[in-house]
Amino acid sequence: MIPLSWYLILSAALFSIGLFGVMARRNAIAILLGIELMFNAVNINLVAFWRYLDPTIMNGQVFAIIVFAVAAAEVAVGLALVISVYRNRKTVVVDDLDLLKW
Amino acid sequence: MSPELILFLVLSLVAIAAAIGMLISPNPVYSALFLVINFSTVAVFYLILGAPFIAMAQITIYAGAIMVLFLFVIMLLGAEKLAPGKVLPYQKPLAIGLAIVLMVESVYAVLARNPSDAEIIVPTEAANSIDAMRDLGIMLFSDYLLPFEVTSILLLVAMIGAIVLTKRAKGEQE
Amino acid sequence: MDWTLWLELVIKALVLIFALLGGFAYLTWYERRLLARFQSRLGPNRAGPFGLLQPIADAVKLIFKEELTPAKAYKLVFFLAPIMTLVPSVIIAAVIPWGPPFQLGDRIVTQSIADINVGVLFLMSIASIAVYGIVLAGWSSNNKYAMLGGLRSAAQMISYELTLGLAFVVAILLGNSMNLTDIVEAQRDGRWFVLVQPVGALILWIATLAEVNRHPFDMPEAEQELTAGYHTEYSGMKFALFFMAEYQKMIVVSAILATLFFGGYLGPWVDRWPLLGPVYMFLKIVILLFIMIWVRATWPRIRYDRLMAFGWKVLLPLALAVVMITAVGILLAEINPWMIWLIPIFSLIAGAFASLMIDRSLRRKAYA
Repeated sequence: MIPLSWYLILSAALFSIGLFGVMARRNAIAILLGIELMFNAVNINLVAFWRYLDPTIMNGQVFAIIVFAVAAAEVAVGLALVISVYRNRKTVVVDDLDLLKW
Repeated sequence: MSPELILFLVLSLVAIAAAIGMLISPNPVYSALFLVINFSTVAVFYLILGAPFIAMAQITIYAGAIMVLFLFVIMLLGAEKLAPGKVLPYQKPLAIGLAIVLMVESVYAVLARNPSDAEIIVPTEAANSIDAMRDLGIMLFSDYLLPFEVTSILLLVAMIGAIVLTKRAKGEQE
Repeated sequence: MDWTLWLELVIKALVLIFALLGGFAYLTWYERRLLARFQSRLGPNRAGPFGLLQPIADAVKLIFKEELTPAKAYKLVFFLAPIMTLVPSVIIAAVIPWGPPFQLGDRIVTQSIADINVGVLFLMSIASIAVYGIVLAGWSSNNKYAMLGGLRSAAQMISYELTLGLAFVVAILLGNSMNLTDIVEAQRDGRWFVLVQPVGALILWIATLAEVNRHPFDMPEAEQELTAGYHTEYSGMKFALFFMAEYQKMIVVSAILATLFFGGYLGPWVDRWPLLGPVYMFLKIVILLFIMIWVRATWPRIRYDRLMAFGWKVLLPLALAVVMITAVGILLAEINPWMIWLIPIFSLIAGAFASLMIDRSLRRKAYA
């Protein structure tokens, strides 16, 4: 049996990579990709804890399903925003969206 | 080493390599494809953990719907051909530093309270059967009914939001 | 796992793959001959008796064709896309039960490669990743026509996937299981789900036609509008892989439809001779394929905006209504078993209402 901590470390690594992507990438679509990776890392944690704590109680899986739904909603709105911004400003680079800044 | 352990190690390497590939590839299409590989390996992790429903939902929702949507938008905008904007000098080192701090912190938090193997309850075969899925459904519609309904409203709001954001007024052109 | 189990799995997988490959080759022959009959022609009849060697001649021709790669293509993805299209169409067949288990020596052999408890979900997830090959083929060709074909197919397949999923839900509800063998066994004694839920079967059939890009939904490769759609730039064996994937998908979706709604491998005497199961499956698949080809020979292609409108505004609400009716009917059947026949009545009413609405809206838009 694989120790629980291995799953947690893997998930931490993926979460950190996702976080790096969100902070370092400039393309709005790449930032959204990083957020998706972070969602996934969280889901690995949820399912791993479900399995290793008490598999007869399905809380972990229920939360994972809710995370799926939230991720889908986030992507739909996020990508719609990207498209809408692109139509107005012809760019998806977040640094160029500085209309409110002077 | 048991076969399960070898599988876990190989898959973790693939998952992390794909995640890093997503970070460093300049072309968003390749980024998205690397992320698809990552999601597929995560689905296999769910199978190892004995959650086939979550694994299949992962493939269907993430690989089948979300990433296709990403690809669709990237191709529609031609975003892979856009020139990158000017680079902030301090952004990348700062991001690497913060990500490494988070990584070290969470690994330390995990290892500091390393549970002995005796604490681990090895699930019975029943957890893999259809009844587990039935339990999941019953739980979703009883204990978690309110979050479930709130999620459905969230999805509805997201759907309406996406339509409103991308809708053009009648007669408006590019 | 002992080695006999591995041997059994390998043999079953090889048999299935070769059956699908042979099925693909002869499906092209079947389609061409049938189309010819529909159009009062003869079709290929020169190579061998009845033209039976025609697929081999085609294969030889495709192998010796020159393979072109566009100069500005994204090479790696361009090379991988045909493979990514073909693989899902093969592995999706792994969970389909081709017959009841039988005794061989002292071991029981099941006639499916993987009899998993989330079989229907597996079908759904593989169907949902099948879109990648097409989208990436269109993008990596770096050609406007191919790109438009790829984008159209992405939009079309995502849209009809929802309907496909809801039609699967109908079968899951009626079979009370996600395991495909259980679903087939629930249809014993001639109680095929198509009798209980005819509209559900029709919805699944339409959705699968859209998923495999067959007429009248072959929008991604509409020749008149997009030259050849996503595989415009492909030639030689790479093109053959797309072709293979399309025809294998036709076979596989027919098998899925047969399994979920037309009793799968069930038929007379199948319990006494379990090897009759694949024969019944074969017959059902051939009949369903005949209907697909018949549709191709009969109906014109739908316009693209109407295709999307049909998927979102007609098929999806209708599928939701059908799921609802099925669920309520199953609950009522617990009170009185005869109430199960309320399901076909009410779903046929819903289907008739939907077609009435289409008719009315088409009449209103007759000028458009």
